[in-house]
Amino acid sequence: MTRSRGNMTVFGLSREEIRSQIQLPWGEAFRISWRYVTIRLGRSLVTASTIFLSVSFLMAISTMVLAAKATGLAEKGDPAFEAALARYKWSVILGFMICSTGIVSALLMSVTERFREIGTMKCLGALDNFIVRMFLIEASLMGLFGSLAGAIVGALIMLVWAGIREGFSLWAKIPWGFKGEAGEWGFLSYFLASILAGVFLSVVSAIAPAWRAAKLQAADALRTEI
Amino acid sequence: MPSGEMREKMQEAAKKLEPMMEQVSEFVVRTRDVQKIYLMGKVEVHALRGITLDIKRGEYISIMGPSGSGKSTLFNMIGGLDKPSSGSVYINEVDLAQLDAYELAWLRCRTIGYIFQTFNLIPVMTALENVTLPMIFAGVPEDERRDRGMELLKRVGLAERWNHKPFELSGGQQQRVAIARALANDPAIILADEPTGNLDLKTGKEIIELLKELNQEKGVTIISATHDLKMIDVSDRVIWIRDGQISRIEDRSKIRVEAALEVEEALMEGELPTTP
Repeated sequence: MTRSRGNMTVFGLSREEIRSQIQLPWGEAFRISWRYVTIRLGRSLVTASTIFLSVSFLMAISTMVLAAKATGLAEKGDPAFEAALARYKWSVILGFMICSTGIVSALLMSVTERFREIGTMKCLGALDNFIVRMFLIEASLMGLFGSLAGAIVGALIMLVWAGIREGFSLWAKIPWGFKGEAGEWGFLSYFLASILAGVFLSVVSAIAPAWRAAKLQAADALRTEI
Repeated sequence: MPSGEMREKMQEAAKKLEPMMEQVSEFVVRTRDVQKIYLMGKVEVHALRGITLDIKRGEYISIMGPSGSGKSTLFNMIGGLDKPSSGSVYINEVDLAQLDAYELAWLRCRTIGYIFQTFNLIPVMTALENVTLPMIFAGVPEDERRDRGMELLKRVGLAERWNHKPFELSGGQQQRVAIARALANDPAIILADEPTGNLDLKTGKEIIELLKELNQEKGVTIISATHDLKMIDVSDRVIWIRDGQISRIEDRSKIRVEAALEVEEALMEGELPTTP
């Protein structure tokens, strides 16, 4: 009594039915990923701290721009300021790239350590994209925490430093909302953009390790070495 | 959470599956001339040299043999964890080679339960969460998951430890959780790879007894690849593998443990023992 592929049935079910019966709801994937991030805190901190550093640098530069404009130290188009800003921008980009390699490295190590768990999950019926989903959610969580902390700390450091140098009255002159008077970016815009940049960086860096993890086989659950 | 419509579809599909299950053959696993060749550098290693087997529904089978005999390779073939170089493996009359990734996942989720020598529990999850993980993949709603999970934990005697993580459990307890997990979606087959390999004598015996009880209660077919001679007592049939081939298949009614020890010794010496 062989189920023929021609009739598209296997185990009494059609292909569509089988596909619909294997699932990992996003809520569950989130719960599992949250668990991994919070319990393997040490490993998570390694990844999150690189993002923390990069984002705090980005946010510090952004805050510096705001402070400079607020104190009138730099008018739009001031060549010296623009030149300095361009240099800072390059530093930030470089910082992000270095951060990215750090994340890729840390996550690849994580994949290697977890080969048995991933193999086991596949034995329990996990599809490749479940594994990818879990890793990407983990990466975005670490990115979120690192970015949030980094943005706050970076902004704070720059605000305090600028306040000490130019007087704390400039704090009142900074556009705190999303937009300033002339329609340029305000503090909140820079804040959210930095966090988004950090999360984006984290997720993009995680793609290769997540793919690597998804390619592990169910038989890896039985292996005794890496 | 599956939508109401999806849940209806799933219930329809499950209903469709039930009568099919009654019509399926008495053989839950069949292999036909399964061969496996590995390439180690330039050398060909023949791990399996043509294994043909029929395993009936509800049987308790032990696959025994020395290291390197192809026992684990055969185990991987039967469990859909690896593909043969030639020959076929049929589970419920379905040729595994014809299954795509979704169908294999479905098979592993609902038809086969796995037990490992290293227990392989997810370390960041509690016992209950480990047991209910296959149910998540099968789309079981949360309340039902919790109830069934607790029931299974109760059956294996670990109900009060539902909240403990694997590192808080002993080896025997972890294996019990693994057994409960293997039963999560009421599978037709349980595949056990050296289930007592990392356990002491007493705990190993308890685990073997638990497996036998479950085999008799639920009628689930148990296929175990093992070194452990204590497994012989509870097995319906023992399949001895040597050098990638079946050297003998023994019915429990014809086995005594001393005779089994003699057989093993003979195999180690490189001889095929005569049938008693």
